[in-house]
Order: sequence, then C-alpha cells, then structure tokens
Amino acid sequence: MSLDPTAPALFSLPAEAEAQQQPSARAGEGGARGRSLARSVLPPLVLGVAFLLLWQLVVVVFDIKPYLLPSPTDIAGQIVVVLPLLWSSLLATGLNALIGLVVGSLLAIVLALLASRVTVFDRMIVPIVAALAVVPIVALAPILNTMFGSTSDTPRRVVVLIVVFAPVFINTLRGLRQVRPVHRDLMRAYAASNWQLTRTVTLPGAVPFIFTGLRIAAPLGVISAIVAEYFGGLQNGLGSRITSAAANSAYPRAWAYVFGAIILGLVFYGVTLLLERLASRRRA
Amino acid sequence: MTDTALNALPAISVRSAGKIFSVARGAEVQALTGIDLTVAPGEFVSLIGPSGCGKSTLLRLIADLDSATSGEILVFGKTARQARLDQEYGIAFQSAGLLPWRSVQANIELPLELHGVGKAERAARAEELIELVGLSDFRTRYPDQLSGGMQQRVAIARSLAERPKLLLMDEPFGALDEMTRERMQQELVRICSETGAAVVFVTHSIPEAVFLSDRVVVMSPRPGRIVDIVSVNLGPGTERSDALRENAAFFAGVTAVREALHGSPVAPLGADLR
Repeated sequence: MSLDPTAPALFSLPAEAEAQQQPSARAGEGGARGRSLARSVLPPLVLGVAFLLLWQLVVVVFDIKPYLLPSPTDIAGQIVVVLPLLWSSLLATGLNALIGLVVGSLLAIVLALLASRVTVFDRMIVPIVAALAVVPIVALAPILNTMFGSTSDTPRRVVVLIVVFAPVFINTLRGLRQVRPVHRDLMRAYAASNWQLTRTVTLPGAVPFIFTGLRIAAPLGVISAIVAEYFGGLQNGLGSRITSAAANSAYPRAWAYVFGAIILGLVFYGVTLLLERLASRRRA
Repeated sequence: MTDTALNALPAISVRSAGKIFSVARGAEVQALTGIDLTVAPGEFVSLIGPSGCGKSTLLRLIADLDSATSGEILVFGKTARQARLDQEYGIAFQSAGLLPWRSVQANIELPLELHGVGKAERAARAEELIELVGLSDFRTRYPDQLSGGMQQRVAIARSLAERPKLLLMDEPFGALDEMTRERMQQELVRICSETGAAVVFVTHSIPEAVFLSDRVVVMSPRPGRIVDIVSVNLGPGTERSDALRENAAFFAGVTAVREALHGSPVAPLGADLR
C-alpha cells in the first residue's frame, strides 16, 4: 500500500505489518499506565528539583543580592504571601488569553476553510496573514489601549487574537490542502457536495495540522496576554503585577508572579496537548 | 428502475469516444481515440494493455471522473454524468483510499452516509459486507491496523455498499503480492457473480484478466485504442477456482490475450506463463 507521504510526522506512520501489531493501549491498563506515567513525569521532576537546589545553593554560597537573583525559598515565601492575589491575576490573564485564543483560532480555521475553497479569497488573505504575523505587539498594545480605553480587557484580548491567528491559519490551510487525489475522485464518484467533501474528508484530514498550529499558538497567546499588560490599562493581571512589583524593587514578589505566568503557560500547553490526544485517539 | 428495464439496456455503451489531454503550452496528448465498447449487464470485462494505453482513462471517462473529448458514453442508457449523479456504479482504485480516521465499518458506511441512509440500515448493510469480504473480526479496526490486502477488501466492500449493478475497478490488486492477489481475485469473481454486477476491471496482468473475465479488451498506446477483444470461456464466476489456473482453457486464454497484446504468436504454450 502506498503510505501517504503528506501525513504529518506527528503521527506514527502505519506499519506495513499484517494486521494487529498493537493489542491497543486499552488492554493491560493499571500498572502499565502507572509505570509509563512515572517514566515520563519522574525525570523532568528530578531535574527540576535538582535545578532548584543548585539555584538555592548558588544564591546562598555566593551571597547574591535579591535584586539580582532571589533564592527559590524567598520566591516560595512570596508565593504564599501573595497567593490570593496571584490566583486572581492568573485568572484574569488566563481569561484574556483563553478568549483571544479561542476567538482567534476559530476565526483562523473558518478563514482557512474559505481560503482553501475560494481561490480569489486565498490570494487576498495570504498577504494579510503574513502582515499580521509580523505585527509587533509591543507597538500594537498601546495603540489598542487608546482605541478601546484603558479600563477594558479588550485590547489584551485583541492582541492575543492577532498573535494566535497566523500560526493556526497557516497550519490549518496547509492541512486543508493535503487532500489525496484518490479521496477527491472517490467523493466525486459519490456525487458528494462541497460541504460533504469538507466535512468528511478535508476537515478531518486537517485536524492534526490544526493542532500543530494550536500547540504553537497556546503558549504564545499566554505570553502575549502578559506582555500586553505592560503597556498600562487595567492592573489586574500577571503582567501588571510583575511590572509593579519590579517598580517597587520587590524582586522576590515579581518572581512569584513570573512563576504564576509559567504555570499558566504550561496549563495552556497541556490542555492543548490533551485535546490533541483526545482528537487523535480515534485514529488508532 | 426494474430489473427488466436494466436488462434491456447494456450496462455500458461507449461509441467512438476519444480523449485529448492538453498539457503545457497548448500541446495536446491524444489519450484515447475511436473507442467502441459495449458491456452487457452482469458481464465481467477487463481492460488490459501497457502503461499509457489509456485503460485507466477509459475507466475514468465511464465513471465521469474525466469527460470525453468526443464520442458518446452511456451507462445504463444515461450519460456518464447522469449515471454518476444517480450513483449507478461502485468504484475501487489501486490505492484503497480509505479514510484513516474512520474504522473499517465507518469506511464501508461512507457512501451510504453521504446519500442519507439511516443509521440502523447503514450498520446492517455494513455488517453484511464485512461478512462478505471476511473481515468480521476487524470491524472496529482502523485502516493503518490492516494489511494492504485487508484494506483493499474494505475498499471493495465499500464499492458494493449501494448494491451497484456496475463496478468500476482500476487495478485494485496492483499493489498486492502474488498470493494475496490470487486469493482476492477468487473472492472478487465469487462476489461479482453472486451480486450479478457488471464489472469493468483495469489490469496489466494477463493471468488476472483471463481468470476474472468474460471478455478481455486489449488496448494499445499512442494513441490509446482497442486492438482486440478476446472472449474467455471459462464458465460462470462461481465455478472459477484455483484449479482453473492450471487448466488448458485458462492457458489458451492467456495465450490468446498475449498474442493480441504483442500482435503476433509468441512462445509455445507452457513455455513461460508469467
């Protein structure tokens, strides 16, 4: 059988072997799953702990001043102190990132679908997307603040939307263009409508590509949401807390909020990864 | 659409059909010229010839995947386009063309689903077909868990889903190994005679064409045309088994097709059959 050369490398290529290679991951759960979890979680955990210990050691031994580099224990202490505020800031920034990510991705997917079907539209939108991809958010955020007013979360959400759009659009469009000629012939033989072709062949085929885009876009969205807060406006998110803590020379506190930002980014990345797993599980 | 009405009409009637492909900068390639061919209901016809003889193109014209430049193609008395829109044929290609995100059953149900057949009825029909092609244990598997031969069987089951009176097959066994291929041929010949469908089967294997067919259409390239039509009298498909492959009538058929392909008598019988 011809292997599909266009299949994204995210999926293991189908083995040529006679039928049942893998007795499917569902069998033999329990212990095996626990062990594999331990194998994938333990090494980075060990490395992380070792890194923190080394950090602490370096700060103590060389007596490094907190404004240069606070020790992990200082930061942890601050995390405990500001926990309620950290939590609310994390939610505020997280919500901005989420709204921007969802709206931006949906827009990107819909426009990519349109571009894959209408050649004229394709020609029109591709340069615009290229322009969007290089928009400096540093320049854009203050302008949007003025545009929407500095008491609104909208400018931040728009920044996230713009940043997220390009990677999702480009990957989705690429995925939509991967239709194999044999599938096209088949759907023509079935006298399938354009919408049926999209729904049963084109869009499902593009799913792995869409997720590649989302995986790039999700952490990018979080970073943009934080950076957008550096340019004034509401003081409710992680970015504003980091700047104000740093402005007050409260460096361990600034670091505590940075820690929150890392957690938020990881959550976004993790959830995207999880969704991708769920979507691709049905593909064997 | 009753059976009697169908029987009065040929399954396929091609009259002086031609196909010209325009390639780069106004250059043209005459892919087919002066094709005349009639296929009776329930008849198994193979198209054979060297690469570039237009056999796949002819099949695609009948399926209305491409349109003829000249001449007339009727499928059950309708234009090829109308026949396609009315779903008068089932089709299978050299690559199985299964959708990798659908299970075996969902792949077989695809045409039924597209044409609005209800869920329960779809499942029942898929069950029958899975049984027919011997994949009962693999219903919930995905294409990449199947061997090439199994994938091709799923594709054949899918082509039979809507009980077509005509099957169009473009080298469906072309990528299979010889053993799998012979087994698949035997299954196909059985399935086709059981369902009573007419078949147009594109191949470049002489033994395959002879084993399967009632008639073998021999084609020649540049420009693609029919040079001969060889009748094979090996009895009904239900009686064609492996034993037939060592039968004198089978050898005679192979020789006849080979001579038609080469345009002259070749090595004596039995000297070289591959």
